[in-house]
Amino acid sequence: MNKEKVGVYVCHCGTNIAGVVDVEDVSTWAGEHDNVEIARDYKFMCSSLGQDLIEDDIKEKGLTRVVVAACSPHMHEKTFRAACERAGLNPFLFEMANIREHNSWATNDKVAATQKAKALVNAAVERVVHQVPLEKLPVEINPNTLIVGGGIAGITAALELADAGNHVYLVEREPSIGGHMAQLDKTFPTLDCSACILTPKMVDAGQHPNITLLSYSEIEEVDGYVGNFTVTVRKKARCVIEEDCTGCGICEEKCPVKVVDDVFEAGLGYRKVIYRPFPQAVPKYPVIDKENCTYFLRGKCKACQIFCPTEAIDFEQEDEILKFQVGNIIITTGFDLFDARRIPQYGYGRLANVFTSLEFERMVNAAGPTGGNIYLRDGVTEPQSVAIIHCVGSRDKNYNEYCSKVCCMYSLKFAHLVHERLPEADVYNFYIDMRTPGKGYEEFYHRLLEEGTHFIRGRAAEVTDAARLPGEEGKLIVQAEDTLIGKQRRVPVDMVLLSAGMEARGDSKEISQLFRMGCDFNGFFTERHPKLDPVATMTEGIYIAGACQGPKDIPDSVAQAAAAAARVAGLITQGTVMMEPVRASINEEACSGCRICNTMCPYNAIVFHEDRNVSEVITALCQGCGTCVAACPSGIITGAHFTNDQVFSEIEGILWDVRSKPELVPVD
Amino acid sequence: MKYGYYPGCSLERNAIAYHQSAMAVAGPMGIEFNELEDWNCCGATEYISIDLLPAYALISRNLALAAQQDLEGNGNQLVAPCSACFLNLKKTDHYMAESPELSEKVNAALAAGDLHYEPGSVSVRHLLDIVVDDVGFNAIAEKVTNPLYNLRIAPYYGCMIVRPGNIKSFDDQEYPTSLDELMSTLGAEVVDFPLKAHCCGGHMTQISESVALELIRRLLKNASDYDADMIVTVCPMCQLNLDAYQDAVNKKFGTNYNIPILYFTQMIGLAFGISPDDLGFGKEMVDAGPALTKIGAEPSLKPKKKRPSKEALPMPSMGEDG
Amino acid sequence: MATTIASARAPTFFEEVVAATPGADPHLELCLQCGTCGGSCPSGPDMDHTPRALFAMIDAGMKDQVLRSNTPWYCVSCYYCMVRCPQEIHITDIMYTLKRMAIKEGLYRESSSSDAYGFSETFIDYVENYGRSFELGVATRYHLRHHPLSAIKMATGMGFSMFVKGRMDLTPTRIKNLDQLKAILGKAKELGGAA
Repeated sequence: MNKEKVGVYVCHCGTNIAGVVDVEDVSTWAGEHDNVEIARDYKFMCSSLGQDLIEDDIKEKGLTRVVVAACSPHMHEKTFRAACERAGLNPFLFEMANIREHNSWATNDKVAATQKAKALVNAAVERVVHQVPLEKLPVEINPNTLIVGGGIAGITAALELADAGNHVYLVEREPSIGGHMAQLDKTFPTLDCSACILTPKMVDAGQHPNITLLSYSEIEEVDGYVGNFTVTVRKKARCVIEEDCTGCGICEEKCPVKVVDDVFEAGLGYRKVIYRPFPQAVPKYPVIDKENCTYFLRGKCKACQIFCPTEAIDFEQEDEILKFQVGNIIITTGFDLFDARRIPQYGYGRLANVFTSLEFERMVNAAGPTGGNIYLRDGVTEPQSVAIIHCVGSRDKNYNEYCSKVCCMYSLKFAHLVHERLPEADVYNFYIDMRTPGKGYEEFYHRLLEEGTHFIRGRAAEVTDAARLPGEEGKLIVQAEDTLIGKQRRVPVDMVLLSAGMEARGDSKEISQLFRMGCDFNGFFTERHPKLDPVATMTEGIYIAGACQGPKDIPDSVAQAAAAAARVAGLITQGTVMMEPVRASINEEACSGCRICNTMCPYNAIVFHEDRNVSEVITALCQGCGTCVAACPSGIITGAHFTNDQVFSEIEGILWDVRSKPELVPVD
Repeated sequence: MKYGYYPGCSLERNAIAYHQSAMAVAGPMGIEFNELEDWNCCGATEYISIDLLPAYALISRNLALAAQQDLEGNGNQLVAPCSACFLNLKKTDHYMAESPELSEKVNAALAAGDLHYEPGSVSVRHLLDIVVDDVGFNAIAEKVTNPLYNLRIAPYYGCMIVRPGNIKSFDDQEYPTSLDELMSTLGAEVVDFPLKAHCCGGHMTQISESVALELIRRLLKNASDYDADMIVTVCPMCQLNLDAYQDAVNKKFGTNYNIPILYFTQMIGLAFGISPDDLGFGKEMVDAGPALTKIGAEPSLKPKKKRPSKEALPMPSMGEDG
Repeated sequence: MATTIASARAPTFFEEVVAATPGADPHLELCLQCGTCGGSCPSGPDMDHTPRALFAMIDAGMKDQVLRSNTPWYCVSCYYCMVRCPQEIHITDIMYTLKRMAIKEGLYRESSSSDAYGFSETFIDYVENYGRSFELGVATRYHLRHHPLSAIKMATGMGFSMFVKGRMDLTPTRIKNLDQLKAILGKAKELGGAA
């Protein structure tokens, strides 16, 4: 076998490495290795001069392998691989030894650090001679995009892509798009009417020639990989023939059954059994709630069908299954509100005049159940005092530890709306900290101070109707410590609003499994990098945007949606994407068909061929985690760039100075 | 079902009604209690205020004895009817399990008396817990021969039975419902008053009478506001405070509460048809006699549910609670 | 977990409080100063300082003022604060620690609740000498020592009614193995500490 010619470069990294490790010694020592053709040390390998060193040596000395001992591969593996490639050496014939984060930054002991640096360099040299050239794989990108969730984030992403000339499938599980933003009255801090700014976008999305809107639909299955996803969608039966429906609304008028609207009206109002969630719904077609419909329950009524002028009601309508191909997927499924019933001491559900934030949004909305008037639960009495409790279910290890980001702002908004509709009312905000970080947010807080809001710095301990002192009979009493005064206070009010936090959707774990992406312990989907890549996920081709990634307000949701759309547009323009070749492959001849690897794969990247009784790794889906490689009982799965030869020689390399001295290895 | 039984100092005399009634209803519910031999005081909330290790040693002597005395025959369990004793025993066991250093020191002290306690070996449970969870509502309903119809009972848990926060408890820590359901099973009308898990003040009657009386007044007022005929407790301290100091509360605040305070086991006994004399009735300071005459032969007619007005906004649904 | 800095300097008051509290970690350093404890406390309005204020003072090293405060003596051990604390701080356990420290330093005498210790002390005296508590004994000794006039009122009022109802022992009960208990308690006092 021809001996390899390895070039070793030991970086000083200024004093980061050289301050602890004797880099010259390491470099000289490395040069004595059998396979090493040249060993150098240099101040900053990542600089263009440093990279030139590598490139020149490859060309002039005919190096066949390169090792750089420096910082973490996360930092500069890409840099040095690119340098190799420029000089004509396959980038996978390069290996990096981390003698900074794993060594010089972990100790002050110079002797030990130098010794370890030698071990790490030796390991890299031993490994790299077993490495083989690998090629990145090109994958074609289907130009269609799937967007899951039709709230403000989904609509934004859809419009951005559609306006750029790309086709989008927008799937929404509710009968109309619009999401939570459609429920709101005013938005902070500008107090724009939410529906007024949202509905034009909704109409655009509904009418755009490049957007196929699939509302009242759910994703059943997602197969494939980046550039080539096959999506199965169940279009649930509205029982309304969309081509014939004119959206006149007579069916809704004539329907004799009213039920509590738990979704759009947040339980504060009613809707008919055949209904549109709200007047500006897109699409305009109503839907029959089969669980409460007299016809479906008892076979009677049919009032909607009788009165429909275009015979658009079809009780026999079935769910439709659609299948289509897309290249990329953007998940914008939004959030659920924290369930305030989990905090019994706030009395929600027991005490009539305790409301959640979504209930109050519907109340103050001009199109809501009270026509925008603020009333107590009896629907007629105006409260003369209102308490707003911040941080309900948030910043609390008993519920959700995180801060929900938007609640301080919307609590201030509520305070403002109360002042606006009930100028004589007293408003009390019970808070721990006032979090107003956005543009115009702090100024909004000052506006509320000007409006005469009472701010009490103290987390509300309980809301009770048990009167104790005079003036408390018949009221709801909020008990809290006013921490700025240092005394416990009982504040009697007529109405209490609970600023509940944003939570991940209840089924977010199932959704993340459906799309094979990660979600954290709170159920929010996991981004690729919290700082530098908030819209991509660890799964190629799947992006996230909006509240499903974490609590955020509308501007941030829109920004993330536009970012995700831009990413996807970029990929569509490129037409193909190059995938990392660090993947597993199965030796089909040796495969016994035991299928253990099938169930082990966290990315569902292994298929089983019944006809040949062998498993096969779908290279494009494989993320190179190595689980199947370890699990295979016959050991016939190879992890490219992590073969047994490579890993074992790396281990042998590390143990260079103890191999011949068994007594140095402690045996317990 | 056999259990180790730790009465606690109060049940010997002050709360003898509790002990008597618990023994009387144990048999019918299929429970056999084996009283811990030579048990000592748990130290209430007093010892732990003065010196930590002796306080824990005092409590764990009982745990060690329980572990010695027919532990398996008693299902590894020690039942305490008094909430304070229950909390002390449970907490000691929990912290010893959590902190090996504490466990070592406590056992070093126990060793001076030839005893040893392995944390986690005894399961400490409150009497209410075994009644509602081990015996069960169905079994109790079957034994009810004299339902407590028409009697408006306010179930009062006190503070310690379902707390503290870091140790799992058998009922909700803010809004427990097990005693409510038990009283309902006995046929009574349960008054769900909001302060049912608020503190009675404990030993504050000795430290600062004014603070204590105010705490007691709140509870009496709340139960009274909800038209309770009587308050039913699970703890001797609560019973003492609400009962023996009711007169003092009336004098100080100019009120005239006359609410008898009874133990839940006494009510179970009544519903099982056991004579009140055998259940410790008559020991309470505020006579329960007048309230007991309210028990009727048939349940009272429930008032017709008021139809909500047209304008009223719907209340949030509370799941199975309705 | 409060990081223990391995150094030669004396522990801060904060570190002393944490070390003297049983269990793995009372989480005191996590206090956000939200005020839920002060808001929940049934006797909060009557305390010199709310529990939250006291924790801020502990962090500031104000040992004297903290141990003179009547706050721990007014704690009724209802555990509301501990159940509701969003940072899961073992508040009630810390209150017990402060009682013990106030006794050890003698500063309890300067709190407005200076006779609370007397009650506990009297109580445990009986427990140590009999193995059981003895209400009549505790009430008599404590009240005679601290509020003699009210003692007489109690004896003729509530005390008498309790006796008539058969709810009060006139003599204490002694456990059989009192020697064993004394040996255990003696060893525990010798070992001391909270581990």
